[in-house]
Amino acid sequence: MDALSVRELSKVYKGGVKALDGVSFSVGEGDFYALLGPNGAGKSTTIGIIAGLVRKTSGTVSVFGRDLDSSTMAAKSLIGLVPQDFDFSQFDRVFDVVVNQAGLYGMRRALARQRAEQILRRVELWEKRNAETRELSGGMKRRLLIARALAHNPKLLILDEPTAGVDINVRRATWDLLRLINRSGTAIILTTHYLEEAETLCRSVGIINHGRIVTSTTIDDLMSLAEKEDIILYSDSAIPTEAAERLGGTLVGARTMELSVAHSRGLNSVFAELDSMGVRIIGMKNRLNRLESLFMHLTGGEAKSSAPAEDDPVFGGDAAEGDRE
Amino acid sequence: MKRRSLLVSYQTIVIREVTRFTRVWLRTLIPPAVTTGLYFIIFGTLMGERIGSMDGLPYSDFMMPGLLMLSVVLCSYTNVASSVFSSRFQHYLDEILVAPIPDFVVISGFITGGVIRGMMIAVIVLATSAMFVDISAWSWWLVMLTLFLSSVLFSAAGLVNALFAKNFDDISIIPTLILTPLIYLGGVFYPVSMLPEKWQAVTALNPLFYVINATRAGFSGHCDTSIAFAFGVTLVSAAAMFLLALWLFHRGTGVKS
Repeated sequence: MDALSVRELSKVYKGGVKALDGVSFSVGEGDFYALLGPNGAGKSTTIGIIAGLVRKTSGTVSVFGRDLDSSTMAAKSLIGLVPQDFDFSQFDRVFDVVVNQAGLYGMRRALARQRAEQILRRVELWEKRNAETRELSGGMKRRLLIARALAHNPKLLILDEPTAGVDINVRRATWDLLRLINRSGTAIILTTHYLEEAETLCRSVGIINHGRIVTSTTIDDLMSLAEKEDIILYSDSAIPTEAAERLGGTLVGARTMELSVAHSRGLNSVFAELDSMGVRIIGMKNRLNRLESLFMHLTGGEAKSSAPAEDDPVFGGDAAEGDRE
Repeated sequence: MKRRSLLVSYQTIVIREVTRFTRVWLRTLIPPAVTTGLYFIIFGTLMGERIGSMDGLPYSDFMMPGLLMLSVVLCSYTNVASSVFSSRFQHYLDEILVAPIPDFVVISGFITGGVIRGMMIAVIVLATSAMFVDISAWSWWLVMLTLFLSSVLFSAAGLVNALFAKNFDDISIIPTLILTPLIYLGGVFYPVSMLPEKWQAVTALNPLFYVINATRAGFSGHCDTSIAFAFGVTLVSAAAMFLLALWLFHRGTGVKS
């Protein structure tokens, strides 16, 4: 049985803005699913409808087989939501936020307190249980949002950009926590702007653009669609111009070259050719991560070079020259 | 959800609401005591002696039920209006909207919070009044039922206000520009029989007139209209406002896009 099944979901806001236009996708039981899309693509509207915060215009949503329209309470009781913004009262104590959340889902107070202690210990906020939420750091607030969403032990956890605006340590800690939650059997749906996050954490992905699902598949299947790799190569000495020309690359510095390598060609042949010209490569990285490249391709976006264009009025060659004078 | 689970959800909303206003008790519970005390000192003691009796009652005794209702109505209204609007504004209402709680339980929870504050205010105002007048009732049942229904009526009205409000001004304008004048013109300080006939007819359209008179009847047995009618209007108004709040919430007015 699917953890979530969304069929032909449409949403037209007042004023005629069509946010969703027949969105359909499924999330398997225990899956870790990324819902990706550019700003305004319809991610938050989709999540809002599933969580009961936005009214749909048409379509169906079912959670573990429970229809959101006909079995609303049963379906909602299976969902935990981690919103993008900190939406708890800033004067509530950390412990009360979790206890009250459990209470809203019908868990008796004594049991809710035990559950709150378990979860707060798990997200390492137990020491802060008596603090008011406004006293927490950004990372702690993120963890509290997750703890709150887990209060009633949901089978489907939905996170709307859970690591937006947090530093790398908090992001990594959040990833670890989400992996732990997923390993315990909870299906997770994640929206994020960090495609690395989706690639690292998720097993399935749906890409939404202009209110439509462009693709919904496993990360592995999606990656197999990639036809080329955009890479940056670093040498320990100057790379000759003819080497860049022969390989179809672009020199973005004396010892740095950007290159698109077709999968059919393979990286070995590139290294062999550079080696034959006496160029020693000491480092390499992907210019865009692979999912990002596919995302750009599927949503019609263009991957921008990290190097400034010659005619860029701000960072381009002329301006740069001018700055040096 | 099972009935017991619903009861726990309801209890949770009520606990949250009561915690919210008791946390700032100095701002939410004490001002009515100060205001009532000032009314008694100025209008009851200093000016009341010159006014003499009103409808056969010492002026302080006549004024007391109206002052009680003034505080209860305003506090019940502003409690729910500010709580619901703040939770909408800061999005912590979403916690409740996401949870599997039927609309009538959510509405009842918020209104119960307003009623509890209204009843606490009633006790505080009565205690303050006891320093200036002898508190006795013609029917404590009528007093308590009217206080309860009035609190339900204006808590629900505050909730309706909060659902439509777009900013904090929208929830302060109604109590200041509409509710307070209606209370003052509903017979807190004078019997309506003192007014010219034309204004008596206008007053009959003011729901606060019935609420205040039903309360006054509870204390003194005296009412500017039929006691049953005044109580009936209060009861029907409370039920109608509760249903209106429920209907608007169910439609998602102000809470769902």
